[in-house]
Amino acid sequence: MTDFEAVIGLETHIQLNTTTKIFCGCKADSWEEPPNSNICPVCTGLPGVLPVLNEAAVRKGALLAAAMHSEIRLTSFFDRKNYFYPDLPKGYQITQYDMAIGKGGYLNLPMPDGEMRRVGIEKLHLEEDAGKTKYEHGRRYIDFNRCGVPLVEMVTAPDLRSADEAAQYLIRLRQLLRWLGVSEANMEKGHLRCDANVSIRPVGRTDLNTKTEIKNVNSIEAVRAAINKEIDRQIELVGSGGRVESWTLDWDDAHDRLNKMRSKETEADYRYFREPDLLSLELTAAWREEVIAELPELPLARRARFMRDYDLPEYDADILTGDKPISEYFEAAVRAYHGDAKVVSNWIMNELLRILNDLGVDASELTLSPEHLAEVIKMVDAGVVNSATAKSLLVKVQEKGKSPAAIVEEEGLAQVSDDSALQVVIQKILAENPEEVNNFRSGKEGLFGWFMGQVMRETRGKADPQLTRELLQKNLSEKV
Amino acid sequence: MAILDQSAYVIAYKVKSGELSAVAVLEAALERIAAVDGRPGALDVGGLNPEDETKVHAFITLTADRAREQAEAVDARVKAGEEVGPLAGVPITVKDIFCVKGTPSTAASRILANFTAPYTATPVSRLETAGALTLGKVNLDEFTYGSSTESSAFQPSTRNPWDTTCVPGGSSGGSTASVAAGEAPLSLGTDTAGSIRQPAAFCGVVGLKPTYGRVSRYGLIAFGSSLDCPGPIARDVRDAALMLSVMAGKDPHDSTAAAVPVPDYLPSLEKGVKDMRIGLSPDYMQITFPNPETGEMERQELPKEIREAILHAAEILAKQGAEIIEDVPMPNTAYGIPVYFVVSRVEAASNLHRFDGVKYGFRTQAEYQDLREMYRKTRAEGFGLQPKLRILMGMYVSAAQYSEQYYARALRVRSLIRSDFEAAFDPEGVYRVDALLTPTTPTTAFKMADIYGDSVLMQYADQLTVPANHAGIPGISIPGGIDSGGLPIGVQLLAPDFKEETLFQIGHAFEMATADEAWRGLKPRVLREN
Repeated sequence: MTDFEAVIGLETHIQLNTTTKIFCGCKADSWEEPPNSNICPVCTGLPGVLPVLNEAAVRKGALLAAAMHSEIRLTSFFDRKNYFYPDLPKGYQITQYDMAIGKGGYLNLPMPDGEMRRVGIEKLHLEEDAGKTKYEHGRRYIDFNRCGVPLVEMVTAPDLRSADEAAQYLIRLRQLLRWLGVSEANMEKGHLRCDANVSIRPVGRTDLNTKTEIKNVNSIEAVRAAINKEIDRQIELVGSGGRVESWTLDWDDAHDRLNKMRSKETEADYRYFREPDLLSLELTAAWREEVIAELPELPLARRARFMRDYDLPEYDADILTGDKPISEYFEAAVRAYHGDAKVVSNWIMNELLRILNDLGVDASELTLSPEHLAEVIKMVDAGVVNSATAKSLLVKVQEKGKSPAAIVEEEGLAQVSDDSALQVVIQKILAENPEEVNNFRSGKEGLFGWFMGQVMRETRGKADPQLTRELLQKNLSEKV
Repeated sequence: MAILDQSAYVIAYKVKSGELSAVAVLEAALERIAAVDGRPGALDVGGLNPEDETKVHAFITLTADRAREQAEAVDARVKAGEEVGPLAGVPITVKDIFCVKGTPSTAASRILANFTAPYTATPVSRLETAGALTLGKVNLDEFTYGSSTESSAFQPSTRNPWDTTCVPGGSSGGSTASVAAGEAPLSLGTDTAGSIRQPAAFCGVVGLKPTYGRVSRYGLIAFGSSLDCPGPIARDVRDAALMLSVMAGKDPHDSTAAAVPVPDYLPSLEKGVKDMRIGLSPDYMQITFPNPETGEMERQELPKEIREAILHAAEILAKQGAEIIEDVPMPNTAYGIPVYFVVSRVEAASNLHRFDGVKYGFRTQAEYQDLREMYRKTRAEGFGLQPKLRILMGMYVSAAQYSEQYYARALRVRSLIRSDFEAAFDPEGVYRVDALLTPTTPTTAFKMADIYGDSVLMQYADQLTVPANHAGIPGISIPGGIDSGGLPIGVQLLAPDFKEETLFQIGHAFEMATADEAWRGLKPRVLREN
C-alpha cells in the first residue's frame, strides 16, 4: 500500500485591534454590542459614500508584514472583489489583489524533533471584513457591525505536512500576533480565523493534487481534528480507487464532522479591478524604517537567547517566551534577583503561572512585581521564610499590594530559627505526649513526621524545618 | 428685472445688504417654478398630456420647506447683523444623484425611488452652509446614464426651456434646464463624460467640470468613480466661479479630493486674456468613429454653425489680446468614447452591486424562492434599460478572461489621451497653450425621443467632452451663440489640472466682449411666453 503525506496550506484572516474600522470612524470592536448598533453610512455601503483609509490599520499590517519577513511594498493598491452576498453591503469587498502591502515572507516553526520548519507566505494583504449572517427560525439575519473591521489575510504556501504542524503554525502565529500587539488573536471571537486547504500525495512526490478547502474551523483543536479527518477521508478514498474532488467543506464542531458545502469545480470570477475611490497606498522608505524599528525581539529569537544567556532548558525557555509579558517579567525578576536564572524560572513556572492562571491575567497586569518575586526568593535563600510560607506570601503580595517584607513583618511570618525558642516548643510537645515519645524510642520511627507536624502546628509553620529536624532528633534520642 | 433673472452674485449681495430678503427670493423662485415647471417627475405616470409638452419638468422633489427654513435662518442672521455666507439667500437645485439628508435621493431610478438619504453630500452641505436655499432635487438620466435626461424613471423627463420639443441634454438636464428657465440661478450637477457641459451647451448656460478631485464626491451616488466630478451650473461665469469657490477643497470623507488650495476665483476674473495662448485643434472640429460595417475609422465634420461659433469665439478672444494657436494635435481624441465605454462600465457595474434589495431601496414584490431569485427579480424590475446595458457590458469587459484585452488596454489608452493634453499644455513644449477652445457638442439640442436614433453625431455626442474626464482636467461650457433653429451653441474651454481660474478668466472675457451681440438678448422660449 502506498504511503501518503498530507499537503496543507492555511488561509488566515487576522482581525487587527485598531480603535476604529478600516474605512470609517466606527469602533472596530463590536463584541459586546447589539447587532447593527456600531455602523454608519460608510460601512453599510449606503449610496454615495466613500472609504477613507485608517492609517493605524496600515501600520499594524506593515508591522505584521515585517515580523513575517515579508517585503513591505512602498506602493501598493486596493482593489474591488465583486460578489453578491447579503452581508457584503457594497456588493464588493475592498481588498488588495495583486500589489498588496506585503510580498512573500515566512514563519519558522520549531518542531518537536528540534528542527525548524520554514512555512512560506504567499499572500499578505489588508482588507475589510464583511458582516455576519445568522439563520434563525427559517430566516436570515444580518449584523453589519463587523463590516469594515480591518483584516490582514495571510495565506501560507502548501508547506505544512500534518494536522499537528498546522496546529503548531496557528499556535506560533497567535503568539506572534499578541507579541506584536496587532491583534487579540482570540479564535473563539473570530479575531483569528482559519481555512485549511488539504490534499494528499504519495510520499516522495512533489506535485500538488486536487485539494479541498475546510472552512469554519474556530479553534486550534478544531483545526487539528478537521484536518486529520479530511486526510483520513482522502487516503481512504484514493486507496479505494476514488478521486478527490475540489470541494468546500464545512467543519461541524458540535458533531466532529465535515459537511460538503459546495463543489468548486469552476473558480468564481470576482472581476477584480483597482478601487477608484482610494488612492494608491504610498509609503515612504523612512516610514517603513520606522515600522521595522518598532519590531520587538520576536518570540523565537528571545527563546534562543534565554537558552543561551540564562542557560535555561528549552522547555523553560519555551514557556517563558509564551507571551511577551511573561518573558519580560522573567528578565526583570532575574535582574532583581542577581542569582541563578533557573531558580527564578522555577518559581515562575511553578508559582507565578498558577497565580496568572487563577486570576486570568497576563504578567504585566500583576501587582506582584518581578522585584517582589526576587525579594521573596531571596528570603527563602536566606532562610527568613520557608518555601511553603513563600508560596502563600506571593499570593498575599498580589492580594494586598504590599511589599513582601512588610507582610512578613506584619504577620510575623519569619521563620523561627532561634534554637532556644524552638527548644522550648519541642520540650513542651514531648512533655505533653509521653506515649508517642515512648513509642518512638521503642522503634516506631515513623512517628518522626508526626512530631515535625506538631512543631509546625505550634509555630504556625514558621519553624525552620532544618533546625526543627536537628533539635527533634537530639531531644528524642536523649534518654531521660 | 425679475428677482430670479438676476445672478446669484447679485442676489447674495442684495440679501446680505438687506435690500432683498431671502424669503422673498424663495417666494419668487417658487412662483417661477409654478409657472414653468409643470408636474414633477414621478414613477409610472402613463402618457403625457399636451400641457406636459410645454413645461420644463426639471424637478423630481421640491423641498420648499427645507428652503424656507434656510431662507428664514438667513434673514434672521442678516437682521441680527451676523455674518452670512457668500451664497446667502441664493436658491439652488441639486441633481438627484446627490444624497441630501431627509430627502428622497432617487438617482432617477425605480430602485432608489423610496430611498431617503440619512446624510448630506459634502458639496451640498458646503452650499447650504454658504447660505444657499435648497429648492429641491432635479431630474437626470437614470443613474446619470445618458445624454438627454429621457432615461429617467421619473417622467415626464425634463424638456429644454429654449424649445420644449427638444431635450435639455443630460445627464444633468434637470439642473441646466432649471437654471436656464430661471427657477434657480445655480444648480449642482455631475460630469462623467460631459454630463454638465453637454446639457449646459444645450440649455445655453455655463457648466463647469472641475479638475477630478477639486470637489468632493462624498454623497454623490457613483457612476464611474474615476471620472465623476461634481460641478457648478450657472447663467454666467462669475456665478459658476462663486459656486465652485464654495464647494471646492479637500474633504476628510473623500481621499480622492485634492488638498490643493482653492484660490479666490472672483478677483482674477477681470484679468482678461491678454497674452494668453489659446489653442484650436482640428481633432475637435470633427467626429471620428468606426464604420460599423468595415471597422475603418471615418471622419465627419461638425455642422457649419458649430464650427463658425468656435471661430467666432477665437476671433473675439484674439481681439482681447489672446494669441490663437492653430492646429494643436490631439490625436487620441477619437479613442475617448471606446475607452469610456470600457472604463465607465466596469466601474458602473461594480458601483451598482449594492442595489440588491437587501438593505434599502426597492425590493421585488413578486414571489421568490431563494436569495438569487430575489436579487434577479429586484434588479430586473428596479433598473431601467440603461443600467442594465451598462451592467452587462461592465461585467463582460471585466471578466477574468477579457479584462486584459479590454479593461487593462483601455486604461493604457486613457493615459495616452492624457498625454495629448500634457503635450498641448507643456510650458516647455511646442504649443504651450493656456487653454484649448473647442465646441462642447457636435450638435445643438436634439428632439425628444431622438436619442435612440442611430445618428453618428448623437452616438458620439460625448466625443468632445469625454477626453477631459479621462485626463482629469477641468473644462467649461459657455454659451457661444444661437443656431438658426433658435437653440444655444456651447463653446468649450479646457485647461490644465486645477486651472479653473484660467477657464473663468477666458469665459468672463468672452462674456464681456460679446455682451452686445444680438443673441445675448434672447431668452428661452418658456420665459418669453410668460
